Amino acid sequence: MIGEGPLPFHKGEGQGGGGMQVFDVFLLEAVLNGVLFGGILALLALGLNLIFGVIDVVWICYAELIMIGMYAVYYLHTVYGWPLWLAFPACIALVSVLGAALHQFVIRPVLAAEPINQLLVTGGVLFLLQGVATLAFGVEFKNLGVQLPTLQLGELYLSATRLIAFVVALAGMIGMYLFLTRTYLGTAIRAISQDRAVMPLMGVNPHRIFLLTSALGGALAGLAACLLVLQYDIHPAIGLSFGPVVFLVCVLGGLGNMIGGFVAAFLFAQFISVGGYFFHLEWGYVIAFLFFIAAMFWRPRGLFGARS
Amino acid sequence: MKALRWIGIGVLVLLPLAGLGNYPLHLMIMCLLWGYVYTSWALMGRLGMTSFGHGAFLSIGAYVVVMGWNHFGLSPWFGIPVALALTGLVALVIGYPCFRLKIVGHYFALVTLAFSEIARMIIVALRDQTGGSLGVTPNTALSNASWSLLALQFSSKLVWFYIILAVWLVGLWIWNLVNRSMARIALEAISQEEDAAASIGIGVTRLKLGVTMISALMTCIGGVLYAQYQLYLNPETVSGIGVSLQMVFGAIAGGMFLRLGPTVGAVFTLLLTEALRLALGHDIHGLDTTLYGLLLVLFIIFMPKGILGAAITLWRRHRSTPSAATA
Repeated sequence: MIGEGPLPFHKGEGQGGGGMQVFDVFLLEAVLNGVLFGGILALLALGLNLIFGVIDVVWICYAELIMIGMYAVYYLHTVYGWPLWLAFPACIALVSVLGAALHQFVIRPVLAAEPINQLLVTGGVLFLLQGVATLAFGVEFKNLGVQLPTLQLGELYLSATRLIAFVVALAGMIGMYLFLTRTYLGTAIRAISQDRAVMPLMGVNPHRIFLLTSALGGALAGLAACLLVLQYDIHPAIGLSFGPVVFLVCVLGGLGNMIGGFVAAFLFAQFISVGGYFFHLEWGYVIAFLFFIAAMFWRPRGLFGARS
Repeated sequence: MKALRWIGIGVLVLLPLAGLGNYPLHLMIMCLLWGYVYTSWALMGRLGMTSFGHGAFLSIGAYVVVMGWNHFGLSPWFGIPVALALTGLVALVIGYPCFRLKIVGHYFALVTLAFSEIARMIIVALRDQTGGSLGVTPNTALSNASWSLLALQFSSKLVWFYIILAVWLVGLWIWNLVNRSMARIALEAISQEEDAAASIGIGVTRLKLGVTMISALMTCIGGVLYAQYQLYLNPETVSGIGVSLQMVFGAIAGGMFLRLGPTVGAVFTLLLTEALRLALGHDIHGLDTTLYGLLLVLFIIFMPKGILGAAITLWRRHRSTPSAATA
């Protein structure tokens, strides 16, 4: 139940000491890092938005699914010696199954109950997963031990892991977009998200679509786990350090609005990165969160939601 | 029922005098303290305002008073009004726009969640003053005395028991006042159908803000007491998503629609944790959280009224069946 500090953001990179020059190379680095971080956030937000858009449920335990995925990669790779190219798909498959199970056994029984109960029940799952992870894996920090080189561009230093993560996250999002717009199932998912009541009349089985969407959301969480495990140490409470940020990104973009979430992720990451550059990492988060609250009062349904 | 209530209070008042050890007394204090905090949360939670931000109010109470004492030598008696004023201000700043703009349900929960995280981040960021994640201890006033009224520090657990018992009773009394007011009926109408309630002349923003204020101020006092009793604070135990969720679920597990429900939730979760710790020792980490999470899921699916709610329903059914047969 213990939360951790924010994710170490400028890990191992040169960090400027608050210089006020506008074209500071460190500032540029902070901006670029913000863009790369934004890619990951966007991927995280996409899964949550997909679930919310279709099923109208917020998975409070979304970050904990990612945590389980990170452990899966860690154990498969370092303990059982699987190569990463095999461990990654296994992780995605596992978290995908977890997502479907979450829907089947936890969400489905409360689908007809008050909406807030669906939010709360996944909060119970949050504690459950955290507890199980502590029981099974202990509270020690675990590291995958895969070190990729740092790229140097002139005076700029960028971590290759972060760049790879960014590219994969973008590819994942494009893949999801194509799936949703070009396939029959994707079209059915989008249709359900627009009108939950009418689609069953058109011969679409909503339960099957919900289950499939949950599995897809889980797969996206699994993909995010593969990218995050390269960058951060794993511990049972890691979900609490990025979970709240992801929820805020989704709300900022308008819950269920995938494009909004995408833009909001990059905005948010810039606030954290550049704010953290000028002051301190925690202040970056504080500024980003304050921006979020101000934005909510300006546009209560999210930056890209319909005006109420 | 009225007699039963006085007997219950009497038992609680007399129980520590029977010479309980320090450990049972500590457990009772914690049950009452968290029971009070959960009750404060449920005051607005049961009216459809699911706040995930009460950790912020708890931490304002705890940290403002301790910081005032440690850095400025400000007695908690002056620190408490400052903390209450700050809590009121913060509740207003967050509540007014939320209620005005009809931010409800998921959105309200997530906006308030942002808010409790901000409180945690600020405490961690001000680590030179607050001690950051390592936490902080109020400067002791007990080096050559067993109690100090000025510093609100008492080495005797008995004193704390009676202070917290009194605060808990006041909390229940406020619950009663709210429960019997017209405002509660109006707020229930709002939680069912906000626009319809507004259309018959209910002042939605004002009422919601009122009950939020009461709830926030009560939670703030809970934070003060927690800090002064434990004499140790860290941002994870009084702020952020962890403790905010703990409040929500404690209240729900006990039954947030009943006056004693949140207290039952506090007793239940504390006893669960302690029993597991005693049975299994300190070595097995995470089992209590696992069971807690599992029970929460089961509660929300099968027992949405909480332990006390379900117990009362069961008892009523049990009692009405024989009388229906004779009638």
